[in-house]
Amino acid sequence: MTDSIRDDVRAFIVENFLFGDATQAPADGASLIENDIIDSTGVLELVAFIEERFGIVMADADIVPANLDSLDRIAAFVAGRSAAARTQAAE
Amino acid sequence: MCGFGGYFGTLHEGERLLRAMTRALRHRGPDEEGVFVAPQAGLAHTRLSIVGLSDGQQPMRDASGDLVIAFNGEIFNYVELREELRGRGRRFRTSSDTEVILHLYDEMGEDCVSRLNGDFAFAIWDARRRRMVLARDRMGVRPLFYTQHGGTFWFASEVKALLQVPGVEAAMDPVALDQIFTLWAPIAPRTPFRNIFELEPASLMVVDANGVATRPYWRLEFPDEGEPSRHRDEAAAAEELRALLTDATRLRMRADVPVGSYLSGGLDSSIVSALAAGMTPQTLRTFSVTFDSAEHDESAFQAEMARALGTRHEAVHCGEGDIAAVFPDVVRFTERPILRTAPAPLFRLSGLVREAGLKVVLTGEGADEVFAGYDIFKEARVRRFCGRQPGSRIRPHLFRKLYPYLPGLQQQSAEYLAAFFGAGNDPLDDPLFSHRPRLRGTAAAKLFFSPDLRAALCGYDAAEEMASLLPEDFRRWHPLHRAQYLESRFLLPGYILSSQGDRMAMAHGIEGRFPFLDHRLVEFAAGLPPEMKLKGLTEKHILREATRDILPPLIGRRPKQPYRAPDSRSFTGAGALDYVAAAMSEERVAANGLFNPKAVAKLAAKCAGGQAAGFRDNAAFVGVLSTQLWVETFTAAGAGVARAA
Repeated sequence: MTDSIRDDVRAFIVENFLFGDATQAPADGASLIENDIIDSTGVLELVAFIEERFGIVMADADIVPANLDSLDRIAAFVAGRSAAARTQAAE
Repeated sequence: MCGFGGYFGTLHEGERLLRAMTRALRHRGPDEEGVFVAPQAGLAHTRLSIVGLSDGQQPMRDASGDLVIAFNGEIFNYVELREELRGRGRRFRTSSDTEVILHLYDEMGEDCVSRLNGDFAFAIWDARRRRMVLARDRMGVRPLFYTQHGGTFWFASEVKALLQVPGVEAAMDPVALDQIFTLWAPIAPRTPFRNIFELEPASLMVVDANGVATRPYWRLEFPDEGEPSRHRDEAAAAEELRALLTDATRLRMRADVPVGSYLSGGLDSSIVSALAAGMTPQTLRTFSVTFDSAEHDESAFQAEMARALGTRHEAVHCGEGDIAAVFPDVVRFTERPILRTAPAPLFRLSGLVREAGLKVVLTGEGADEVFAGYDIFKEARVRRFCGRQPGSRIRPHLFRKLYPYLPGLQQQSAEYLAAFFGAGNDPLDDPLFSHRPRLRGTAAAKLFFSPDLRAALCGYDAAEEMASLLPEDFRRWHPLHRAQYLESRFLLPGYILSSQGDRMAMAHGIEGRFPFLDHRLVEFAAGLPPEMKLKGLTEKHILREATRDILPPLIGRRPKQPYRAPDSRSFTGAGALDYVAAAMSEERVAANGLFNPKAVAKLAAKCAGGQAAGFRDNAAFVGVLSTQLWVETFTAAGAGVARAA
């Protein structure tokens, strides 16, 4: 599941922040900030994408580099949230 | 203020080419023009008559006929120098400042520049020594470009005059483009024009049969960190500052025509206007720019200041589409790609001054460099504060205080704020520490560089070159002084005084004068303890103290509001003009070879959709558009420029 999340987010980043230049796509573990892929307004664009695409709502406390600063972190965060939502729904 | 050009070499058609140069520079000097031709050299001049209206024609010869000068700018202390020279028995034939330079050169040779307080670029043909001497003022207010072609050395106030010389052609220098997309400006002597260079500020150049020799005659320097300052008493320092600034303004009021003042509504131009208003018997005329958008508009502060001073105030409004309408002309005059639209309103402003019938304006430019006014200085201080405790969740909140006008930043978590500003990551001993976030943020726009351009650059790093040019004692200076040096050495002459300064004013034949850049004031401020300039997070503290009695409290206490103009949105929506879509089209971008056409198309679509909110997208859009316009304005054919590098 995290693979498909990662792919979706990568495609969004390539299209929206790299303007289609896939050769500049970040490695899975690479920092989006340190590699100058995302800036302060970009984070908000990323949050809007995640909420829309994966149907989750991010609280202010969720919007931190620990959750969003690489493809791996985003995939893990989204997968975790989705799993929690499924568990909650099953209960 | 004027324009000039010339050559060193033997030419058959010298006069014809000099005439062509004067035509290219006529906007800088619409009042008169002249040429001088000798067997080995020539000079051309277009004049904006400000001092010595009836007898200051140029090129000007001395009494012996051996020295001939073409000069752009003003020597503000020419009255004192002339008296001193007269006291030594020298006789003057004119009332101009130009003749003062000739006499001083006759006595001191090129070292005469050390006596000049002014904004100047000049060329002196010294027939006795068969050499051409070129000089440029300390801070880089007035421009001077040069090139060599066919065994002849050519120089001029603007590159467009050099392009009149057959065989001198415009082609983009890829390294200069990389520098602009990193530092906002090329690093002198490099210019965007391959094989055309500019004389660095505070430099002398001698051209003779032995070749070309360049040397600096002045440099900006700061005391070692921890070295005891002579300025221990703040009140005394403020008093000295006030006296110097008053004198710098008084000298800059000297003209045989009326002098007006720009009035942005900020601290610096308000101070200059207040001082000037007290020195002129007539009502001072002030000029400003207003905007539609509240985030850029300062008209309330401008009105408050104009009312307080009783000036006759006029404003030019920049509405939707106004920036796009003048942008091609702006690039024609900046002669370099730009990443911000901020020069465009200043282009319109100088047009307003010209329509008002004035030729000279004072401005507050330079105060932010000299007295540490820019946000980047505060930002560096907060980053250092965070860097001492990298895990802190409290310290990064200070970044919000720095940028109240950037809503995107206000919404970020402390962790993200720390990450964006590199707090805790950038080594504290990095010589470029203060500027790293800006360098990174700007260089992100290089994403749009084409594969050919990247290949031509071979991994070149503009920031690395910048670091390699720092003086030996740089590392011994206080961090604030290091940051001030970077700003003053690179951005001030390369962008602020050029693209936003001389080139926008002279496009309409307007001379800007900068009291804060009087070298006596610059040297004084460099010697002040850092905490007198940036006190906590209050910028220009000592300047506020020194001028408290001449400003309304609303202005005197006002935090720094950076001068900005709407960027990509100036070119979209109702302001969209056909030339923008054409210049950004895949076909034209591909033809010019500098950028990735598909990526640029996506960027243009994002901006057109109103989605480009961040600095990076805006800078990239304006940078690509201005580069495209530059190629199409100056080069015969843009195709293959990068490949041919």
